[in-house]
Amino acid sequence: MIHVENLAKNFVLHNQGSVAIPVLAGASFSVAAGECVALVGESGAGKSTVMRILYGNYLAQGGSVSIGGVDITRAAPREILALRRETLGYVSQFLRVVPRVPTLEVVAEPLLALGRTEDEALARARDLLTRLRIPERLWSLSPTTFSGGEQQRVNIARGFAHSYPALLLDEPTASLDATNRETVLSLIEEAKAGGAAIVGIFHDLDARVRVADREIDVTRFTPGRG
Amino acid sequence: MTPLLDVQGLSKRYGGRIGCAEVSFQLYPGEVLGIVGESGSGKSTLLNCLAGHLAPDTGQVIFDTRSDGPRDVLSMSEPERRMLGRTDWAFVHQNPRDGLRMRISAGGNVGERLMAVGAQHYGAIREQATDWLGRVEISEARIDDRPSAFSGGMQQRLQIARNLVTGPRLVFMDEPTGGLDVSVQARLLDLIRGLVRRMGLSAIVVTHDLAVVRLLADRLMVMKDGHVIETGLTDQVLDDPQAPYTQLLVSSVLQV
Repeated sequence: MIHVENLAKNFVLHNQGSVAIPVLAGASFSVAAGECVALVGESGAGKSTVMRILYGNYLAQGGSVSIGGVDITRAAPREILALRRETLGYVSQFLRVVPRVPTLEVVAEPLLALGRTEDEALARARDLLTRLRIPERLWSLSPTTFSGGEQQRVNIARGFAHSYPALLLDEPTASLDATNRETVLSLIEEAKAGGAAIVGIFHDLDARVRVADREIDVTRFTPGRG
Repeated sequence: MTPLLDVQGLSKRYGGRIGCAEVSFQLYPGEVLGIVGESGSGKSTLLNCLAGHLAPDTGQVIFDTRSDGPRDVLSMSEPERRMLGRTDWAFVHQNPRDGLRMRISAGGNVGERLMAVGAQHYGAIREQATDWLGRVEISEARIDDRPSAFSGGMQQRLQIARNLVTGPRLVFMDEPTGGLDVSVQARLLDLIRGLVRRMGLSAIVVTHDLAVVRLLADRLMVMKDGHVIETGLTDQVLDDPQAPYTQLLVSSVLQV
């Protein structure tokens, strides 16, 4: 489902003396449907950079990333948008929404964007918010005023609203209590059982051991470290 | 898929000065394109050339019309272009006073656009105007008030209702949230996003506010000195800008 080949990434800081910082070189790996791969490596090794390239959020300077048959590194913006709508989900650590939009709609939005009926989308949103223990009295409020843990759960609910065939998870269990953590882990297991190819960053070691089938140490993609 | 708008080599000079130079892009149905750049970068010149308010020196603006398929807007006759401006196109000005008739009622502002495309039945026009005021969150009780009695945010919402009532397919917006309080901006952005999704609209939004494009635009064009210097997916351009100027622009935004 996900094939990364010979990926390279540099940052060139034009306003700081045009210094070029190579962050990735020769990164190659694949993730099959129903498989979960954990990216590991010390802070700054490039885990998030890999995730962001996979999502089309960062540009690569070399190599290719094929997700569901689309090469993200060469696709036109509208192809990436279609891929993100239908195929590729991303649970980031931060919730970014228009203030004022009710939580229920924030969670239902990925399904509405796919053209599902309002009834179906809202039913799925209610189900996920209930499972993730967001009290019903908060559903009509914007999540921008919620606590960090609540925002993260809203973000997770949104990320799992549609059954994406490929899913990127950036620390999905950070700052969650034991009960909610358990819910998130079962959501991940359900997605895997449903055939999703998952790439994740999990600092939570027990969570990683439980859901990940393999680990990929990104330090081996760091230029100059072999 | 046929692009809704296909712009080729659009240039406009003001004497020896460049307004915009060699701009080309495609806009597909349902897409929102943001154009950012500082004052004088050519973004408003470009928008006005696209919308037919300014005549470019060279280039083509090919619009996929409902009746005749793709046609170059610049070679249309003036009446044809004016009809397009009342039906398939809409233009939301930064200053609502430029897009509204200040001496007629709110309901009249919305109804006038319907009458311009042939609506005649008073009851039906008023009903549709009321419906649209509701959609932009203006109370029905204000339908007979003049826009001069409205707040800036309400005026902007009324301008949007006036523009969208005829069901356009392409909306041009020039700094739609400029000059509004931040809280009012959020409400307006939410409203525009909802309308874009429900009506399947395409939009071109000119702004200098990067937060606005992040929330509203699928794709981004960055302009400087009349040239498009960088394009791409909105979050990609903002999170991994490539051009020196874009890096400066993004890093200059104060974090709150």
